[in-house]
Amino acid sequence: MDIVKLSAIEIRDKILKKEISATEVVKAHLDRIEEIDKDLNAFITIHKEEALKSAERVDEKIRNGEEVGTLAGIPVAIKDNIVVKGKRTTCGSKMLENFIPPYDATVVEKIKNQDGIIIGKTNMDEFAMGSSSETSYFGPVKNPVNEKLVPGGSSGGSAAAVKANEVPLALGTDTGGSIRQPAAYCDVVGIKPSYGLVSRYGVIPLANTLDAVGVFGRDVSDAGLILSAIAGYDEKDSTCYEYPVDLTFERNLEPSEYVKGMKIGIPKEIYIDELDKRLVGKMDEIIKLYESLGAEVVEITLPHMEYCLSTYHVICKAEVSSNMARFDGIRFGHRTEEYSNVDELYKNSRTEGFGEEVKRRILMGTYFLSMGHGRKYYEKALRMRTLICYDFKKAFEKCNIILTPSSPILPFEIGKLKDEFVVKDFTSIFAIPVNLAGLCAMSIPCGYIEGLPVGLQIIGGRYEDLNMIKAGLAFEGGMKNGI
Amino acid sequence: MAYKTLIGLEIHVELATKTKMFCGCPNTFGEEPNTNCCPICLGLPGALPVINKTAVEYAIKAGIAFNCKINTHTKMDRKNYFYADLVKGFQISQHEIPLCEEGYIEIELENGPKKIGLQRIQIEEDTGKLIHTMEGDTLIDYNRSGVPLIEIVTKPDMNTPEEARLFLEKLKSTLRYIEVSDCKMEEGSLRCDVNINVIDTETGAKTNITEIKNLNSFKSAVKAMEYEENRHIQLLKEGKNTLRETRRWDEVKNETITMRVKYGVDDYRFAIEGDLAPIEISQEWIEEIKEELPELPDAKKERFMKEYSLSEYDAGVLTASKELASFYEDTVKYIDDPKLVSNWIMVDVLRRLKDEEVEIQDTKLTPEKLAKLISLVKTGQINNNTGKKVLREVFETGKDPEEIVKEKGLIQISDESQILEIVQKVLSENQQSIIDYKNGKDRALGYLVGQVMKASKGKANPQLVNKMILDLINKM
Amino acid sequence: MVTKEQIEHIADLCKLRLSEEEKERAIYEFTLILQSLDEFDNVNLENVEPTLEVNKHTQRFREDIVKPTLTRDEVLENTEEKQYGYFKLLKIVE
Repeated sequence: MDIVKLSAIEIRDKILKKEISATEVVKAHLDRIEEIDKDLNAFITIHKEEALKSAERVDEKIRNGEEVGTLAGIPVAIKDNIVVKGKRTTCGSKMLENFIPPYDATVVEKIKNQDGIIIGKTNMDEFAMGSSSETSYFGPVKNPVNEKLVPGGSSGGSAAAVKANEVPLALGTDTGGSIRQPAAYCDVVGIKPSYGLVSRYGVIPLANTLDAVGVFGRDVSDAGLILSAIAGYDEKDSTCYEYPVDLTFERNLEPSEYVKGMKIGIPKEIYIDELDKRLVGKMDEIIKLYESLGAEVVEITLPHMEYCLSTYHVICKAEVSSNMARFDGIRFGHRTEEYSNVDELYKNSRTEGFGEEVKRRILMGTYFLSMGHGRKYYEKALRMRTLICYDFKKAFEKCNIILTPSSPILPFEIGKLKDEFVVKDFTSIFAIPVNLAGLCAMSIPCGYIEGLPVGLQIIGGRYEDLNMIKAGLAFEGGMKNGI
Repeated sequence: MAYKTLIGLEIHVELATKTKMFCGCPNTFGEEPNTNCCPICLGLPGALPVINKTAVEYAIKAGIAFNCKINTHTKMDRKNYFYADLVKGFQISQHEIPLCEEGYIEIELENGPKKIGLQRIQIEEDTGKLIHTMEGDTLIDYNRSGVPLIEIVTKPDMNTPEEARLFLEKLKSTLRYIEVSDCKMEEGSLRCDVNINVIDTETGAKTNITEIKNLNSFKSAVKAMEYEENRHIQLLKEGKNTLRETRRWDEVKNETITMRVKYGVDDYRFAIEGDLAPIEISQEWIEEIKEELPELPDAKKERFMKEYSLSEYDAGVLTASKELASFYEDTVKYIDDPKLVSNWIMVDVLRRLKDEEVEIQDTKLTPEKLAKLISLVKTGQINNNTGKKVLREVFETGKDPEEIVKEKGLIQISDESQILEIVQKVLSENQQSIIDYKNGKDRALGYLVGQVMKASKGKANPQLVNKMILDLINKM
Repeated sequence: MVTKEQIEHIADLCKLRLSEEEKERAIYEFTLILQSLDEFDNVNLENVEPTLEVNKHTQRFREDIVKPTLTRDEVLENTEEKQYGYFKLLKIVE
C-alpha cells in the first residue's frame, strides 16, 4: 500500500489495528517530502527528529495497549504563522527568520495531546499578506496540480503539502480567504471555522477581528477530524467562544441524508462581470446536484457584497498596521546592524526585515487609522461591516447554507499577478464577506475546468459549522456517486 | 493685574494586585530584571491578553471612593506609538469609554472644603523600564511591562500648588485606605504629571499649557508647580507666552527644563483592542464592591470627632492613614482615654515616625504596648519624661513597657520620705537658688526641681517634688 | 488625492523607510483604493452603528492567580544584544 495516499482516518485506523506503525507512517511522509519538496517548496522547516520521536511514543502507547488520541500517528503540517515551542516560526519573513518561540500555540498543544505528529512548518505569503504564496522570503510555493500555477495563498504551503501527499492534514489561517482560496486552487478541502471556534492563542495575527485558524484535508471527513481536535474553548483567548459546538457527524451516510431538510441559498450577487463564465455553468451543475439530493435551493441576496472587498481592505490593513508594530528587532526578530539613534533602529530593522507587500499594507493601515488622513474611511468601513453582517443575518432566515464559487477566477500562473495588488485580492472576493461576518465556510473540490481545479464555497451560519460540514459531505458523496 | 493659575493632574497608580493586568506574571517590585515575564507581557507574536478581574475590581473601588460614575459597558482600546519600553508598539488602554467618569475629591482649604473634579479613571497597562548606563547604552527590564495601572485625570480645578499638594495627599491616603495601591512614589507605584497654565484675569490672555513630567515626590511636584507658575506669570507680564511643551523638574538646579516641544497633537491612532471582548460590569458587582468598601477617611474623621470627642484637627491627623487610625482605635480599646491616647500618638509617636521615616505598621510598637505605657504614666507609676524614654525603648527593642520599667527600676518615687531626703540635700547645696527664688526669680524653682529630678535619676514624682520644695522654702 | 508629504508622514508614523519608487507606488495604490472607497457614498451609513468586533460574548475575566513565568534565559533567547540580564540598546535620547 502507498502509505502517503491513505487518508488521515485510514492511517489512524491501520495504526490502531497494528497493520502499520506510526513510525512507518512518519518515515513514508518524510521520504515523500524529501523526494518532492525541494521543488514544491511547501515547507520552510521540517521537524524530522521530533516527528520520529513522537511517532515512537505513539507506537509505544499502542504496544502497551494505552489509549491514544483522535489524531494518533497522523502527520500534520502547521502553517508557519502558528508558534511551535522551540522550533523556528518565520511567518515566511526575513523579520522572523530565526525566531524561536518559547511557547506552543493552543492548537499545537491540542494536536500534541491527541497524539498528532507535527511534521513541519509550511510556507506562506509573508505574514499571511497575499493570495498566491509568492511573497514568502523563502521563495514561492508551487501548485502540485500544475507547477506553473500558484497554489493560492496565504496558506499555499499547507494546501500544496496536503494535495501532494506530503501530509494528510494541515493547519492554515484565513483572514480573507487564505484557506479557502488555496484549497480551491490545489484541489483539496479547506475549512475556515466560525470566528472564535478555534483558539488564536499562539497564532501570529494579521487582523484580530477577522483571523481564524482552519484546516486542510483531502476529503471532508479528514478535515472534520482535525477540526474537531483543535476546536473548543481556550481561556487564554478572550475572543474564543465558550460554549461547546457540536461537530460530530456520521461518515458514509447516503449523501441525501446529510442535506435532509436543508435550504440552500445562492446569492444573486455572485454573477458579476468578472466571474469566469465557465464557473456559471459549474454553479448550475452544483445546484442540480444538491437538488437531486433533496435539498431546496433558493435565490438570496447579499446587497452589500460589492463593498466587501474595500471594507476588508480598510479594516484588515488598519488592524495589521497595529499588529506589526511589535516587530522592532529589540526583543526578537531582525535587528539592523547600523543605527545611531532609536528612530533609525526601528526604521532600519523594519525596512530591512519586511518585504514589499508587508510594508505597503502597514503603510496603508496606518493611513486609515490616522486622524486627519484616512480615519474617516475607517469609520465608514466599520459601519459598512455592520450592513454586511446584517445581510447575512437576513439571508440565513431564508436558508441554512449559502453557496458561491470559492474564487471568481481559476488558478493563475506564478508571477502573473504578483504586482497587481487589487486584482490579486479580487480572487478572494467571495471569501472575504465570510470573515467580515465571522461565519464559517468550506472550500470543497468540485471538479476541473480545462485542467484547472475548481472549488465550491459552502458558507454556514455563525457556529453552525456542522451544517457546513454536512453540506460538504453531501456534495462529496454526490460527486463520488457520479451525479 | 490678577492672575489665575490652572492646574490639572494626570496620575498613574499601579494597582496592588498579585498579577499583571493581562497575564499571570507576578506583580512585584524589585526583582531581578526580566524574571517576571511571559509571552504576553513581552509582546511575543501570537500571545493574547486576558483581563485581570481584581484589577478591574480595584479600579471600580477607586471610582466609587472618588464619587465617579461607573460605566457598565466599556472596552479596551489600543494607543499606538513606538518606544523601547512598550513591547507591542501599542499600549492597551481605554480611550473612548473609560471605566469611571465625572467624579471628585474634596480637599480641606482654610475657608472650607473644595471639590476637585475628576474627568476620568481608566484602566491600562504599564511599560517596561529603561536604564541608561555610563557607557552610553540603554538597558531594558520588562518586569514592569503589563503591571495594572489606573490613570486618573483631573479637571484643571486646582488654582495653587498647595491645592495640588492637598489633592495628592488626599488621593494617596484614600487609595491606601481602600487598599488598591501602596502609592509609593519612590517605587514608582504612583506617578504624577502636571498640566499648568496661567490666565491674566483682566486681559483674558492665557499662556500655553506646560506639561511637567518626571516628578518623583510630592515635594518636587510642588516646587516645580511654583516655579512654573512664576515663569508663566513673568512671561505674561512681559507680554509673552510659553511654548507648548513638556518640561522636567531638575532637583539640583531647582528649575524646570525643556524636554520636548509639542508640534501638533500626538497621533495615537486609537482603535479597539481586537484581542479582547467588550466589557460588561454588572450592577450587582458594583453594589458588592460598594458594600465591601472600608470606611473612607472623611467618614472616619467625622466618626472620630463624635465617638472620641476629638477636635477636627486631631481627628484629621489620626485618620490620615488607615493604619494609624486602626492603631489609635485599638489602643483606645485597651485604655479607655481617647484624649490621652490621642496626645501620646500625635506628639511622641508621630515624631518618632517622622524622624525614622517609617510608618506605624513598620515599627515594633503595638496598640497593647502603647496602652500599657500610657497606663503606667496615667496611674503615676512613672512620670511623663520616663514615659517618653520607655516609649523610645519599646520602639527600639519591642519589649513590653512593664518589663522595661521593672528591668531598669524606673518606677517613679512617690514615697514622700524618700523624696524629702533628696529635696533637703539639694536645698542645702543650692542656697543661692533659694535666695533667688525668694527674690522673685521664679526660674530658680524650676532649677531646683530639675536638680532633685537629676539626683533621683528622673524617678521622683515631679509634682510632689515641686510641692515639697515650695513647702520647705516657704517655711524658711 | 494623497500627497507625497502625507506618505512620508505616514511612513514616519509606522517607522518604515520608503524609496522614491516605493513612495510612487504607494501613491498609486492609495489612489486606487480611495477611489473604490468613494463608492461607499452610495450607501447611507449615517444611522448605522459601527461593528468594532464580532464576539458573541463579553469579556471573561481572569482570576488574580500567579502563573509560571518564562525563565530569564527564555526571555532573552531571541536577541544577541543583552547584558547583565537586560536587553541592550544604544542610548536613547529622551
